[in-house]
Amino acid sequence: MKALKELTGVAAPLPMMNVDTDMIIPKQYLKTISRDGLGKGLFHAMRYHDDGTDNPDFVLNREAYKNASFLIAGDNFGCGSSREHAAWALEDFGIRCVIASSFSDIFYNNAFKNGMLLIKLPQDAVDTLTAQAEYGSNAKFSVDLESQILTAPDGTEHKFELDEFKKHCLLNGLDEIALTLEKENTIASFEKSSTQNHSWLTPAN
Amino acid sequence: MSARTLYDKIWDAHVVSTEPDGTCLIYIDRHLVHEVTSAQAFSGLRHNNRQIRRPELTLAVVDHNIPTSDRSQGIDDPESKLQIDTLRSNTAEFGVEYFDATDVRQGIVHIIGPEQGFTLPGTTVVCGDSHTATHGAFGALAHGIGTSEVEHVLASQTLLQTKSKNMQVLIKGKLQKGVTAKDLTLAIIAKTGTAGGTGHVIEYCGEAISDLSMEGRMTLCNMAIEGGARAGLVAPDEKTFAYLKGRPKAPKGADWDAAVEYWKTLKSDEGAHYDQIVILEAKDIAPVVTWGTSPEDALPITGSVPDPQSFEDEHKQAAAKRSLEYMGLTAGTSLDEIEIDKVFIGSCTNGRIEDLRAVAKVVEGKKIADRVSAMVVPGSGLVKKQAEEEGIADILIAAGFDWREPGCSMCLGMNPDRLKPQERCASTSNRNFEGRQGHGGRTHLMSPAMAAAAAVTGKLTDVRTMVDS
Ligand code: SF4
Repeated sequence: MKALKELTGVAAPLPMMNVDTDMIIPKQYLKTISRDGLGKGLFHAMRYHDDGTDNPDFVLNREAYKNASFLIAGDNFGCGSSREHAAWALEDFGIRCVIASSFSDIFYNNAFKNGMLLIKLPQDAVDTLTAQAEYGSNAKFSVDLESQILTAPDGTEHKFELDEFKKHCLLNGLDEIALTLEKENTIASFEKSSTQNHSWLTPAN
Repeated sequence: MSARTLYDKIWDAHVVSTEPDGTCLIYIDRHLVHEVTSAQAFSGLRHNNRQIRRPELTLAVVDHNIPTSDRSQGIDDPESKLQIDTLRSNTAEFGVEYFDATDVRQGIVHIIGPEQGFTLPGTTVVCGDSHTATHGAFGALAHGIGTSEVEHVLASQTLLQTKSKNMQVLIKGKLQKGVTAKDLTLAIIAKTGTAGGTGHVIEYCGEAISDLSMEGRMTLCNMAIEGGARAGLVAPDEKTFAYLKGRPKAPKGADWDAAVEYWKTLKSDEGAHYDQIVILEAKDIAPVVTWGTSPEDALPITGSVPDPQSFEDEHKQAAAKRSLEYMGLTAGTSLDEIEIDKVFIGSCTNGRIEDLRAVAKVVEGKKIADRVSAMVVPGSGLVKKQAEEEGIADILIAAGFDWREPGCSMCLGMNPDRLKPQERCASTSNRNFEGRQGHGGRTHLMSPAMAAAAAVTGKLTDVRTMVDS
């Protein structure tokens, strides 16, 4: 996975609550067997007209936000399905950091596994940042993961919370599976004792 | 040891190791796999030259893409076909048991797990699908995961997790006649909101919960995710054991006895701590329908479409306004005046035999309204077979329903079953998101009995006025 230490860029404001994963990437893009190229389907229904042309009113179609690397959204972002395609689509478009007052649990985990940073801030802070993001390409946001500080275009610093383990993996771009497989012995001994105590755990057949 | 909740107990029994910040490695006992969220995980394994740690703990099935028409005709859509072929070859290559499209055991992943006795109390169950919450009905800690996590589980049989908080949803008293598990689960979400359970595992408690059948408990837990919860749980009891006994993958003989003895310990201790408690009076719950594009937009059928201005904060007002525009509804309209075009009976929420029986009970001897086209998609091949044996299929077909092959179907419309723009559907599924059942389609979520009533009258209807249930 890609490491993320610092990030500076424009933030696309999307002040809608309950942005669900069907909105982020609709079903027609779920038939792929690859992780790549999903950026074109990001926010499909809002981003394109029925005839396939761009909807110029949608935030990511506005000139200032075409290269946005931040997204600022409403409460409960990423609710709904577990499709990791939502994270893949955002990442493929170029969004590496999403800011909202809350995220769904599954989306939250999926995003970090794809080198994205999700920042939870109180709603009033999110509202302020949204207003600043509206200034477009001159409004640069930046984040420093090590110190866990997001700096708004007006210079205000917002400290955010993050689990140490997630931060460590993201800073160093670590492969979690490889990390876990280093614990092979611990897993094997757990398995041994659980099958001894609960032989019924192995499915009958 | 201090008093623990059911969730605490299952969690504690599965911790393999703990990081300094509290992140844990959790052992996974059961892993379900379907075609949409697994291909990239298998290619990840292949790419890194990794094996599946314990293939016997994974069960795979095709459900999301599969057409619900005659299977012998194959699949027209080349992308769906590729995804299904990929699952078939991946499971063969890695030695995972797989139910293919023509296997009678094929069905929606969350229907077949319990049906096969693969889902068991006290186990951890995961699947690359958010409605894995369903399996919590058995007192299993069950939740959806992303594809990277699917790969993690395949490779290591473990998952990195931080422990969630405990939330109790207590339903006091008994449900009224004509009120079902679906009404209950929607009423809970209407109260807590779609983010109300975020970061929590919900344990459903109270008389109304123990009164539910196993199938009702599955409907209830299925939508825990719609309330934002990581998982939903119901403590296992005699009903749970009776449901599981004799199922193909359930323990047998001495293993069964040992399992039941252990399962009986799976309940929250007296005085266990919950971080959040939500209480509802069962008697206050009426049959519910949704009016908007979020599952929390749910109201009793006796109500009317709300005015966006009536919501407390500006974000909710904006969301409600957008919902009404999308749904083509006007504030103040009585819910039971809303005319529908389609009826969808099925999904992992309500695609089981009791759901089909409930529909048959309402429509027996009646015809669906002229303006309506209605389909029934059984949750599995075995549900379909049983419904045919019980004569339910005949009743539904005589009433004018289209009787289909099992799968996810119009719950999300990855296969050809879809709403057209602006078509309005009474649906027993779990998500009324914009475009969920088809681009521009309008979904009203409700129970099978309510959807059956809507099919007959052609509009949203209080089923209690139609049958003495
Ligand atoms: S029936 Fe619907 S909710 Fe259930 S697994 Fe299939 S698509 Fe998902």
